[in-house]
Amino acid sequence: MTLDNPAFIDELPLGSPSRIVRFRHSLWSRVLGRVGSGVVVLWAAVTLSFASLQIAPGNIVNLLVGDQLPTPEVEAAIRAEWGLDEPLIVQYLRYLWRILHGDFGRSYVLQSDVTSLILSQLWPTLKLTSAALVVAIVFAVTAAVLTAGRRWPRRLASAAELVLVSTPSFWLGIVLLFVFSFTLKLFPVAGDKNFSSLVLPALSLGLSLGAVVSQVLRQGLENALEEPFALTVRSWGCSDLTLRLRHCLRHASLPAVTLTGWLVGGLLSGAVITEQVFGRPGLGKVTVDAVLGKDLPVVLAVAIFSALIYVVLSTLVDLLYLFLDPRLRTRNR
Amino acid sequence: MTFQTSVSRKHRWHVLPLLLNNAGLIASFIFLVLVASVTISPDLLSSYDPIAADPIQAQLPPTYEHWFGTDHLGRDVFSRVLHGARYSLLIGVSAMLIAVVVGSLLGLLSGLARGFVDEIITRFLDVVSAFPDLLLALVLISFTGPGTFNLIFALGVASIPRFARVVRGQTFVVAESGYVEQAKTFGLSRTTLIWRHILPHAIEQVPILATIGLGTAIISAAGLSFLGMGPQPPTPEWGAMLSEGRNYLRNAWWIGVWPGLAITLTVISVSVVGRRWQAAFEGRRLV
Repeated sequence: MTLDNPAFIDELPLGSPSRIVRFRHSLWSRVLGRVGSGVVVLWAAVTLSFASLQIAPGNIVNLLVGDQLPTPEVEAAIRAEWGLDEPLIVQYLRYLWRILHGDFGRSYVLQSDVTSLILSQLWPTLKLTSAALVVAIVFAVTAAVLTAGRRWPRRLASAAELVLVSTPSFWLGIVLLFVFSFTLKLFPVAGDKNFSSLVLPALSLGLSLGAVVSQVLRQGLENALEEPFALTVRSWGCSDLTLRLRHCLRHASLPAVTLTGWLVGGLLSGAVITEQVFGRPGLGKVTVDAVLGKDLPVVLAVAIFSALIYVVLSTLVDLLYLFLDPRLRTRNR
Repeated sequence: MTFQTSVSRKHRWHVLPLLLNNAGLIASFIFLVLVASVTISPDLLSSYDPIAADPIQAQLPPTYEHWFGTDHLGRDVFSRVLHGARYSLLIGVSAMLIAVVVGSLLGLLSGLARGFVDEIITRFLDVVSAFPDLLLALVLISFTGPGTFNLIFALGVASIPRFARVVRGQTFVVAESGYVEQAKTFGLSRTTLIWRHILPHAIEQVPILATIGLGTAIISAAGLSFLGMGPQPPTPEWGAMLSEGRNYLRNAWWIGVWPGLAITLTVISVSVVGRRWQAAFEGRRLV
């Protein structure tokens, strides 16, 4: 979950403003370049996962079967699947080729194809993370718009955000479960049957992300409220809320959008824990079982998959910048 | 010196507002001192054994005898929370130490070497950052297996990139600065230059980042223990205790509440101190 502290905002890996200001190419070559570097990161991630199997101590067959003893048939199957009798470079190319075709191999612990396993568990996790993202954005925008530049509301909100950021999401989940499920009996205790079973998990996963983002958003809003254009808009007789929502929010959202894109990866891995707390099915449960059972094909596939999501999201965030701030579009000469 | 005394004389009667303004900082500091002393000797405040089971006393609510109640095996929860400070804090601190040392060295190497080496290290860090910290730690644990030391190692490795990035950037700035140029003209050796003049300034911010990162590390460590990747039962680690408490929520809320409160308060205190330190370092006032 590593809903990281805002202290690290200055060194965001991708899409930081300095990179954007520096570009001198046309919009399209910028888009292509961004996509290209994303592909390079993905290729490196796949290579890293292949290399980790080679570097790890122990026989690769034993690594792949997990915490069980390989029978001769299984060993033969692994040798054939990974081409272990061939030179390393052939094995590597084979691995790349397979992953390029969406084939993440076979889990010998679960006796099934990894790709179909992941796809079958994807939907509940996706539902949870998107609901959590909605919670985070709604919380961040509301808290920031209502409290920016106002002394006491701001202090109260800052304190609440500090508490939310410092609360482990799984403990928040346990407390919510105790209050709303066991005591008030408003929401189901476990499972993933209907919408009401999504509410508590989404809150416990999304609130701390929302708190991090709202700190950044408020800072941005306060800066924007000091700008000359804010005075102009006020002189038109616009209400304070209109000024904040229609004019300042856009300016303030740039760093917040970067941060959100960057933290969504954390949301995905936070989902692993949240799913465990609320007994929900999904990728998280698959991952935890795979890690504890040393089911490496599944673990590596989940890792590559989340790297893919990270790359896609950070690319989208960079492109969103161009959409949000027209000045960046015209500066390319 | 004269300036100092005149300032303090002027503000002598304004101690109370000063205390009120810094109430959060002072409370955090006191709490951290408390946690630190509990880490050193947990038996100071509680006489119950944190591990020995006593089924007759199982699931007692908080009373004068057992301040935080007892868990499903009849162990005193207060005593377990106190003993747990040792595990949770040491895991967080050790992981940060690994990240700080390796990260700083990588950053320094990258910032000094520039060119090809820098490119390789930066790209490598980019790729590692493409995996969320927690997931990276999970991948490492799937190779090493669960356990306290493996958890420290995994968390530490996963936090390396952020320190490496900051130190790399600072090294660039410091190596270009005037006083390093000047030191070069004195004919100092490259080793002296790096260790005595560049390194101390390049890592100036690292302790602050480590303090702020410690909060995140404690949360991640507790999360991974909650999943069963860390210290194994009956170790009284906060995350592991929460994972047991989750199963008894229906009858005994206290098992699952106190350890989480301990984590949250510790992390809040660490963040307050870290942020104040950062604000002081950057010379701005925290409102």
